[in-house]
Amino acid sequence: MKNFSAGLKLAAIAFAVVLAGCETKPPPAQPAQPQAPIVTQAPSIVPGSAEDLRVNVGDTVHFDYNKYAILAPDMATLQRQAAWLAKYPSVRVTIEGHADERGTREYNLALGARRANAVKETLVSLGVSAGRVDTISYGKERPICTDSNESCWAQNRRGVTIIASGANS
Amino acid sequence: MRNWVLAVLLTMIVAAPARAVLQVDVNQGNIQPLPIAIPDFVAASPGDTGASQNIAKVVRADLERSGLFKPLNPKSFIEQITNINIAPNFSNWRVLTAQGLVTGQAALQADGRLRVDFRLWDVYGENQMLGLQFYTQPVNWRRIAHMISDAIYQRITGEKGYFDTRIVFISESGPALSRKKRLAIMDEDGANPSFLTNGYLVLTPRFNPSAQMIAYMSYIAGKPRVYLFDLESGRQEKLGDFPNMTFSPRFSPDGNFVAMSLEQGGNSDIYVMDLRTRKTTRLTFDPSIDTSPSFSPDGKQITFESDRGGSQQIYIMNADGSNQHRVSFGEGRNGTPVWSPRGDLIAFTKQSNGAFRIGVMRPDGTTERVLSNGWEDEGPTWAPNGRVLMFTRTIQGGRGSQIWSIDVTGSNQRRVATPGDASDPAWSPLIQ
Repeated sequence: MKNFSAGLKLAAIAFAVVLAGCETKPPPAQPAQPQAPIVTQAPSIVPGSAEDLRVNVGDTVHFDYNKYAILAPDMATLQRQAAWLAKYPSVRVTIEGHADERGTREYNLALGARRANAVKETLVSLGVSAGRVDTISYGKERPICTDSNESCWAQNRRGVTIIASGANS
Repeated sequence: MRNWVLAVLLTMIVAAPARAVLQVDVNQGNIQPLPIAIPDFVAASPGDTGASQNIAKVVRADLERSGLFKPLNPKSFIEQITNINIAPNFSNWRVLTAQGLVTGQAALQADGRLRVDFRLWDVYGENQMLGLQFYTQPVNWRRIAHMISDAIYQRITGEKGYFDTRIVFISESGPALSRKKRLAIMDEDGANPSFLTNGYLVLTPRFNPSAQMIAYMSYIAGKPRVYLFDLESGRQEKLGDFPNMTFSPRFSPDGNFVAMSLEQGGNSDIYVMDLRTRKTTRLTFDPSIDTSPSFSPDGKQITFESDRGGSQQIYIMNADGSNQHRVSFGEGRNGTPVWSPRGDLIAFTKQSNGAFRIGVMRPDGTTERVLSNGWEDEGPTWAPNGRVLMFTRTIQGGRGSQIWSIDVTGSNQRRVATPGDASDPAWSPLIQ
């Protein structure tokens, strides 16, 4: 859900920037008034697509520091993922396991593998066939936030479900 | 490297060992660097291509970098060396406070080879400590310079040098959120850098004992696996065919085995593969993270890290997997153990009080000393003489990684010259 609203906000800001760019006269003081209809004009999301999974289902779960247990708030995300995978049975996914920078490189590769596997096992327990789910660990090699503080590290400690094949486009 | 044709004539021109006036005790930290004068070598052939100056320059830089020597400014020299077969006027060097003097000459031979002679003089003892002669193709002048540095280092400290070595590492470039990492190699002093891979994530390279082969981890086919890179042929080969991630490779001292981690169902354990038969033997069976193996120099033991006790700590086992026991009991988390080529110490990464630092301890876990002082220092690698370590230093806030070196005494911490950002250094043995 967080991702959903973030996506909307991005679309709105993008439109506002375009408006500002088209402005030819000096008074540019009112571009931050995106009208509601514009948001609904964003390209519609194809059901069963990678974007559908990312935006409408939620592709990411997070972990505590140096832990790989699925946290309670993320169970709902994984339940939605399992339901979505049941709806689109030709889809195969890969779970990426990631760690924050506060671990040594090889340990974090192993930790990322633990996290990816924890997501996989949860999906399997929710009825997804194990053969449809691959895992890959990136350790601390693929951060999405680079500040050296807990808020950033928390974002980087994640498991991300990505489409491997079989999605609509 | 195998094509390296080098005739080395180890001619002790003056056989009598010098009185022990000129020596450096490498076991003391923060020693006063030994003042040494290294004038440009004599150009003994009209066709000299600058080797006479360049070799001396590289030797000065090598010895300065070691922290044990203080090469004096050539502009201060009173005497100009024109003939290395005549003893220098020692008083001209004593007034400069030089304790050692290196003289040499480079001469292009009729057959196209470069002949390099050098002599090391004890300025106060007024005698020659060492004299060597090298023949090589002119293109190899840098290696001659490093070999001369190694010879000087060994003659004065009593320890083998480490200048004629190479570093394999990961070159980093691009923005922090889409970092590009490439396998790269360079001389120990940062010269001759070259890139071996391009376009896919690579990590944690390590040399085999002949420095001909590199084991590393690659995501080239979208799956993280251990690969071998043959430096002579440029050929890359996936090591084994495993269903899951393989990582953290390291060669045995005889080069016949690679120890590495294999992940299955989220659990990482250590295996060893015989490179001759490709037979794989599992060494750890714990439902914990078991990784970062490193052989003892006699090949009989392996140190590794495991979180089987609740946190990442350092363990030792026999090379067949028997007798696994924990050796690190200091504060914080301790990982990435690397056994010194001398066997006397294990270097490791210590995480405590919010910082990552490089430490050393005896193989029984006693006498722990923390050496470096960065915010995130990790992944030590030993110089072949066991006196110096390199490691990765990551700068806070996604501002990249650098390679640093530090003496095992804790002194002489300095950044290693790399082309751009760099991480995961591995130090080769002395080149054969």
